[in-house]
Amino acid sequence: MITTGFRTLVYKETLRFYKVATQTIAAPILTAMLYLLIFGHVLSGRVEVYPGVSYTAFLIPGLVMMSVLQNSFANSSSSLIQSKITGNLVFVLLTPLSHWEIFSAYVLASMVRGITVGLGVFVITAWFAHLSFTAPLWIIAFALLGAAILGTMGLIAGIWAEKFDQLAAFQNFLIVPLTFLAGVFYSIHSLPAFWQGASHLNPFFYMIDGFRYGFFGQSDINPWISFCIVAAFLVVLALLAIRLLRSGYRLRH
Amino acid sequence: MTAIQISNVEKRYKSLQALGGVSLTIEEGEFFGLLGPNGAGKTTLISIIAGLIRADAGGVKIHGHDVVTDFREARKKLGVVPQELVFDPFFTVRETLRLQSGYFGLGNNDKWIDEVMENLDLTKKADTNMRALSGGMKRRVLVAQALVHKPPVIVLDEPTAGVDVELRQTLWKFISRLNREGHTVVLTTHYLEEAQAMCKRVAMLRAGQVVALDSMSNLIRRISGSQLVVHVQNGGLPQDLTHLISHPPEGNKYSLRINEYSEVEKILARLREAGASIDEMQLQQADLEDVFLQIMDGAEIA
Repeated sequence: MITTGFRTLVYKETLRFYKVATQTIAAPILTAMLYLLIFGHVLSGRVEVYPGVSYTAFLIPGLVMMSVLQNSFANSSSSLIQSKITGNLVFVLLTPLSHWEIFSAYVLASMVRGITVGLGVFVITAWFAHLSFTAPLWIIAFALLGAAILGTMGLIAGIWAEKFDQLAAFQNFLIVPLTFLAGVFYSIHSLPAFWQGASHLNPFFYMIDGFRYGFFGQSDINPWISFCIVAAFLVVLALLAIRLLRSGYRLRH
Repeated sequence: MTAIQISNVEKRYKSLQALGGVSLTIEEGEFFGLLGPNGAGKTTLISIIAGLIRADAGGVKIHGHDVVTDFREARKKLGVVPQELVFDPFFTVRETLRLQSGYFGLGNNDKWIDEVMENLDLTKKADTNMRALSGGMKRRVLVAQALVHKPPVIVLDEPTAGVDVELRQTLWKFISRLNREGHTVVLTTHYLEEAQAMCKRVAMLRAGQVVALDSMSNLIRRISGSQLVVHVQNGGLPQDLTHLISHPPEGNKYSLRINEYSEVEKILARLREAGASIDEMQLQQADLEDVFLQIMDGAEIA
């Protein structure tokens, strides 16, 4: 059941990033474009990951997904840590909103931001290469799942962190390495055997690999397997986040 | 009907016992004061009532709804004005109030929001960003936020700390009106005159325990009676009057406890007999501050 309370919290969380859209939407789109210009320029013609797919075309879905993931994480985590540190989280904590409503509102708003930035990156970068759309449903499914997972991780990080530097550590030592080592810029088949194996332990790898399959119909892993792994990962994280919210961990001492 | 039922609430922060088994019953329609020095546990108790902190033991019910197991109903009945001056810098006053109203499930509430803003003198600032407001204005918005869902029980945690006279008057006028209309009001304050003027019943907390709980008038009457302050020339106070001293004397200025006005005459007669002359004389009613100080100094209440 969709309640007014839930809708209001989603609205507030989206309005919050919309009001600072230069920083929350335009800046990450610019960053992704810079990656494309630099890596695309340096590596195009030298690397061909899949036969018949240029490196720039290969890179674009990776950059789009990376933007979706990073911005979904940034939205819930920064909103929560700011509200905790400035103290205005009480306005939410004093309301009859349930754990489910708080969880789903924060995650949904994060997904809106992640997908918006991803779309922006896609619309601009798509001009630089010839892209195909072999299986658009996989594109949508992996984008939504990835955004939901990172929105949930942002929520957990925001609940756990008590200071901005703790949140930055979570981002710099966990989110960024997991994203960069997930095959945004390369296929893991180009890695030495050990690192290929290690990459299979990284859930972010399946999100990006499955997403890319939607474009080229080629991937390192069967998209159904990736889908199951990613969905299971989301369920585990969601259960953890709801459990933290229900127990009041670091929110209701 | 009982508005707030607090039963044996305990809370400990590591080695500090913030609340050691507090029980209180506040009836519907009361104007109730919660007093105590800093660190007595007032804010901890309010946070437990509001569901912002979980009690280690005991429980709180708002209009019969447990604040943990039945939190949705309990929180709908409760409006809390937090002590800290918090705000969300992303929004204007009206946006803040609409959002708060929406969280409580009230999507179309502009009529009441306008009325609350009007009563708290916020109308002119409705479309101003929260960041641009003065401290006093932010305090008004906090009060307005607590009232958007017309809660039957209103809890104000030091709402007038650092607030100018004008706002204090605006605020009390509005809160008194809501109380007359049947809302239960619970207040913590450092301004004892304010508590004395507003609250009908008071609980005093000291080190996490309720040390006094009575109607305002009983409390004042029971503790100290009135006082006669005399400035005596020519010798001090006669020995047989010293047992009446209520405060340590300042030079020749003595505060004497009296229970009835007829005692004034006897004291004056005795002073005359002893050859003392009186420079200055004052009759003082006991006030909440005396009661408060006596209780915090450890006086037992009968």
